[in-house]
Amino acid sequence: MARGRSAANMAAMDTTTVLAIGVNGEERAFDGPLSVAGLLERLGLDARKVAVERNKAIVRRAHYAETWLEPGDAVEIVHFIGGG
Amino acid sequence: MDLDFSEAEIQRYARHILLAEVGGTGQSKLRAARVLIAGAGGLGSPLLLYLAAAGVGTIGLVDDDAVELSNLQRQVAHGTGDLGRPKVDSAAAAARRINPLVEVRPVRARIGPGNVLDLIRDYDIICDGTDNFDTRFLLSDACVLAGKTLVSAAVLRFEGQLGVFRPHAGGPCYRCLHPAPPPPGLVPSCGEAGVLGAVTGVMGTLQATEVLKEIMGIGETLAGRLLIWDALAMRMRTIALPRDPECPSCGAHGYRDLSHHAEPAPVCAG
Repeated sequence: MARGRSAANMAAMDTTTVLAIGVNGEERAFDGPLSVAGLLERLGLDARKVAVERNKAIVRRAHYAETWLEPGDAVEIVHFIGGG
Repeated sequence: MDLDFSEAEIQRYARHILLAEVGGTGQSKLRAARVLIAGAGGLGSPLLLYLAAAGVGTIGLVDDDAVELSNLQRQVAHGTGDLGRPKVDSAAAAARRINPLVEVRPVRARIGPGNVLDLIRDYDIICDGTDNFDTRFLLSDACVLAGKTLVSAAVLRFEGQLGVFRPHAGGPCYRCLHPAPPPPGLVPSCGEAGVLGAVTGVMGTLQATEVLKEIMGIGETLAGRLLIWDALAMRMRTIALPRDPECPSCGAHGYRDLSHHAEPAPVCAG
């Protein structure tokens, strides 16, 4: 999983908005604005290999690019696995 | 409900009967239950052994593979002496060794759109422990059509997932989470990417636990949630899993049959 820079570091850099969200139950901070598609890209995840839930609702893959994350959002990323 | 137990049954199931949530009533429900296990591999092995030990009265087991040496690192229902034997036969023998009071029905078959509805018809709960996405989506669609509860587990490398899907009683189906299979070849199988044997043991045992809870109607169901376990981090979490009203399977305009599924192609051993 890719590492987001911490909120403190981001503030010190005095750059764009810091977006603090929960990813898989962990608090993370990213440069905003950020869409679901952008988040997966930052995390190095292939969108075709995961399902994404934002605030307890599944986000359709077709909507990843236009679904913008907001501060405090809770995002869950579920890997597609099918072994038995 | 038949609460008449033999002395041998009372002794065998004593630790169950002691539990306030189980008791004679729960044990009687287990004896009357009919559960189908799809896949006699890493998940199906512990699942079968625990359901048989628990006294689930009728257990069907479907798989078309034979035991191979590379299975034995995790598929604990088979032994070295079973190499080359149909998995359903060696696993059924292992279950009967543990508990001769339960009926185990081995079915050596590959699950496809032509036989799946017949295979699940006689069972109340269907368990998915298969090793490929085609079968997982087929089983899910068949369970939605037939109104059967599906208890589905999956593993890869050091990760496991578990869900209970019963849209006929409310809650989501498997396709509410994943509307379609991943493109072929994109997500590796355990044979391609590996899996820690003990991870399949934990997930198959958690699957057995949810099956027993569903049969007895005790505790808080996993339906409406998905359990995800990362063994390397040793973190387990459950996330809410809502029903998708526009789901291609259980939604208002969902599939009416299984004609969108292709006949199964031969696969490499799991």
